[in-house]
Formats: sequence, C-alpha cells, structure tokens
Amino acid sequence: MPAKKLNPKQAAYQKKVKKYEPKPNALRNAFFAFVSGGVVCLLGQALTDFFGAVMDLPPEKAANPAVASMIFIGALLTALGLFDRIAKFAGAGLAVPVTGFANSMVSAALEFREEGLILGVGAKLFSLAGSVITFGVVTAFIVGLLHAILPGG
Amino acid sequence: MDWQTYLFAFLVGGGICFLCQLILDLTKLTLGYLLTGLTVLGGILGGLGLYDPLIKLAGGGATMPIISFGNSLAKGAIAEAEKTGVLGVLTGMFELTSTGITAAIIFSFLMALVTRPKG
Repeated sequence: MPAKKLNPKQAAYQKKVKKYEPKPNALRNAFFAFVSGGVVCLLGQALTDFFGAVMDLPPEKAANPAVASMIFIGALLTALGLFDRIAKFAGAGLAVPVTGFANSMVSAALEFREEGLILGVGAKLFSLAGSVITFGVVTAFIVGLLHAILPGG
Repeated sequence: MDWQTYLFAFLVGGGICFLCQLILDLTKLTLGYLLTGLTVLGGILGGLGLYDPLIKLAGGGATMPIISFGNSLAKGAIAEAEKTGVLGVLTGMFELTSTGITAAIIFSFLMALVTRPKG
C-alpha cells in the first residue's frame, strides 16, 4: 500500500484497529507444532515397531513401510480435505514430517487434476516437492563424491 | 520395543517441529525454503555420519521429519560408492529413499484418480 498521509481521524482509526488485530502468537503455535509433530513421530515409531514385529525386520528396514504408511495417511488426509484443517493448528508439526511431503504432492495432483492426467497430474506432481528432491540429490551427490574421492572417506 | 524410544520419538520429533514453527513465525522463511533447507541439512549430517545416532536414540522422531530424506539420500550414495567406486554415487542415490518416493507418487496418483476434479 502506498504510504499516504493520514488525517488525524484516520490515524486514530488505524491505532484502534491495530489493537484488535490478531497477533501471531509464535510460542503458542510452536507449542501446537511440538505436540502434533511429537504425536506424528510417535505414530511413526509405533508403525516401525509394528512392521518390525510382523515382517520380522530390523528397525532400519522397518522404517521403510512405516514411512510409506505415514505418506498414505498424509495423502488420504489431503484428499479428504482434512489436512489443511489440521495443519491450521499443527503447522510445522504436520508439514515437517513426511506427511507434509505427501501433502505437497497430493495437493499438486488434485489442483492440476482438471488439466488432465498427463499434462496436469503427471507433469505437475512434483511442482512443490521437486525442490526438496532436487536439492537433496545435489547435496547427496556432492557429499557422496567427497566421500568417494577423499582418502579415508 | 522400549518405552524410552517412544519418549525420545515424541520429544525429538516434537522438538524439531517446534523449532521449525518458530522459524516460520519469526523469520521471513516460507515452508518451501524451510523444507528444502532441512533436506540439505539432512544430506550434510548424513555425510558426516551425525544423523544416525539421532535415529538410534529417537527412532520415528528422527526418521519421520524430512531431514531424514536428505540423510537417506546421502547414505545411499555413500554406501554404494564404498562398494562399487565413484559410479556408486549415481547408482546408490535412491537406494534407501525409493520407498518414500514411490509411495508418494503412487498414492498421489491414486488420490487424483478417485477425487473429483476441482473447479
């Protein structure tokens, strides 16, 4: 908005409005993110133990089906339209775990569904998640090369 | 299955989300930048071998956040490079993350199929 000289009445109004503006309460949001993120990770750990017991896998292997299950939960919540409603309170608690990765892909898939399966869903699926994969791979590539080249790894 | 892993899963996973929410609220960083940054951080920590101890301690508290994705990319590349040489960086890159990426593609595609198009 262009800075316009306010007359006294407008200035008084602005002051009054400012008092009632909702202030972003960082600590409260962070607390909700802590609880919800903790619950998501707790569920992930429970699924890891579950798959470990059922499929007789060591923990590092059992994390794979657990991650896939969490992705399914995130995808389902997004498709049902519940993800954004929960995320309003949970914030980073739902976005930073792998559920957020699923949400970014499913929401892109649904948003571009009307443009067709090939040019819409197929082409735009990674429109949000792509940067995470790209920069992750670039980082891992450099890290891997350094390990392979440097003596002693 | 011990209860301590569950305690640390909650505390570590929650703690990571706590810090991320503070970053989102108190800085100009948006979610896309934050998630990309976390993945890069995970790749670096994975390269230094610093993320695995956290997974050992907190289980799901460390494997669920997106940092773990970067860590797994780096670990896959390094492990294969140690076995087969420099080319392993290319062949091993998605060795550990293939589950997550494949699941995300399949489930997203299915959800798009069964959901009515908007608009």
